[in-house]
Amino acid sequence: MKSRRLDTLALVAGALLLWQALHWMVGANVISAPIATIARAIELLQTRSFWDHAVSTATAFGVASVIAILAGIVLGLWLGLRRFAGDVADPILGTLYSIPKITLYPLILLIFGLGISAKIAFGVIHGIFPIAIFTMNAVRNVAPVYRRTAQIMQLSPVTTGMTIMVPAALPEILAGIRVGTALTLLGTLIGELFASTAGLGFALIRAMDVHAVTDILAITTLLFAFAASVNTLLHVAERWVRHHG
Amino acid sequence: MTKVGVARLAFVVIVFSALELLCRLGIITRVTMIPPSEMVTSLWDIVESGRFNSDISFTFFNVVAAAVVAIGIGFLLGAGLHSLPRLRRPLEPLLSAYYAIPTFVFYPLLIVAFGVGRTALVVMGSMFGVVAMIVNTTLGLDHVPPAVERTGSVLKLDVLRQLILLRLPAAAPHLVTGVKLAVAYSIIGIVAGEFILATAGIGKRVSFAYDNFDNRTMYGLLLLLLVAVMLVNGALSAWERRLHRRFGQR
Repeated sequence: MKSRRLDTLALVAGALLLWQALHWMVGANVISAPIATIARAIELLQTRSFWDHAVSTATAFGVASVIAILAGIVLGLWLGLRRFAGDVADPILGTLYSIPKITLYPLILLIFGLGISAKIAFGVIHGIFPIAIFTMNAVRNVAPVYRRTAQIMQLSPVTTGMTIMVPAALPEILAGIRVGTALTLLGTLIGELFASTAGLGFALIRAMDVHAVTDILAITTLLFAFAASVNTLLHVAERWVRHHG
Repeated sequence: MTKVGVARLAFVVIVFSALELLCRLGIITRVTMIPPSEMVTSLWDIVESGRFNSDISFTFFNVVAAAVVAIGIGFLLGAGLHSLPRLRRPLEPLLSAYYAIPTFVFYPLLIVAFGVGRTALVVMGSMFGVVAMIVNTTLGLDHVPPAVERTGSVLKLDVLRQLILLRLPAAAPHLVTGVKLAVAYSIIGIVAGEFILATAGIGKRVSFAYDNFDNRTMYGLLLLLLVAVMLVNGALSAWERRLHRRFGQR
């Protein structure tokens, strides 16, 4: 455990050195120095406007995640339990997952206009498909004996889903949620970049407009730290469920 | 055609017919979306008139260049990372959080570094694609069976030969997954860059049409982009499935 922490420290130190070297190579006009950036990030954390933007992003991201997770799991459960429907939907879901959703931004903008609903919609279309695909495959891989038990006990589809399939498939569903929430955050931020007047994505686009390099890097660093923490938490939950569930 | 295939086709046809109907009835207004049939005719006009050919080839060659760079560098970094487990462990959560951040916020910085043009776009695309290749290369090398590695040492192959003759083929299914994702992400990076600022390219033409309320051209171009991505993705997925079957699902 101790050596692991040391490795992490070494990685962080190495990354900072690399960053500093890049800064010297290309200049402050392209990449701000790591220390200046971190100082700026800490400064931002103490301003009111940063937190207003952060709350706006967090609200959209939260709502989008809840919708993507619930709808993705329900869709995945249904498709996983119905073999035929699952076979029909499988490549369609795969295609929807792989198309570059960013190309749909004009469509989303035209439907939802500027504002929080466009951001949420953008987050949902990014997150829902991986969650549905992971859930569907997880349910399909559940041992057939569970499914037969449910049949013998004449459980309704909803009870089967809630009491048997979800617990049995939980580790993989959590993996889907991990991938899905990361993409939901990406979608929400893209929505803010192109279609919004508030949020950290909007703060980024404004920093981009006036070429505030330190601000761009500081906000991105904070967002990355947030995304990595969420990811790590879900990873820990996934491992815990795998061993204790 | 199998029963599943028929049902799938029917589903797609129903969805598009419903969209067509909603558009024709005016429930979805023309300002929001044009009927799918008009998107197809608009796409046909674009292809036939050739008026966007230079933009299409601009984007196409940028994507090819970005994907090649992403795959090459991603493979080398992934192979390197695989041999350094102590570096890999703390790096893994960062790699899987990478796609939560819109990397194209760095695009303006790339423009300052390289100017508006191909280089900035290609760097943008490969920055977005490279991490998928790194992750899948390490995964692929994880899945090389110990028996294959032992065969290499029994045959006394040198390191390079072991890599090319044994490990690469054994890791191939995951490598192809990496290639598929690297291509997909390179496309996203480049199109996003073209949306933001570019002198040419499909993304540039889409945002230009959007700004000028030229929905017909915009949807034609979007359809072109989506069809192209689906074809590339479908071909790579078929290759991926074949490799997975040949090497067994591991």
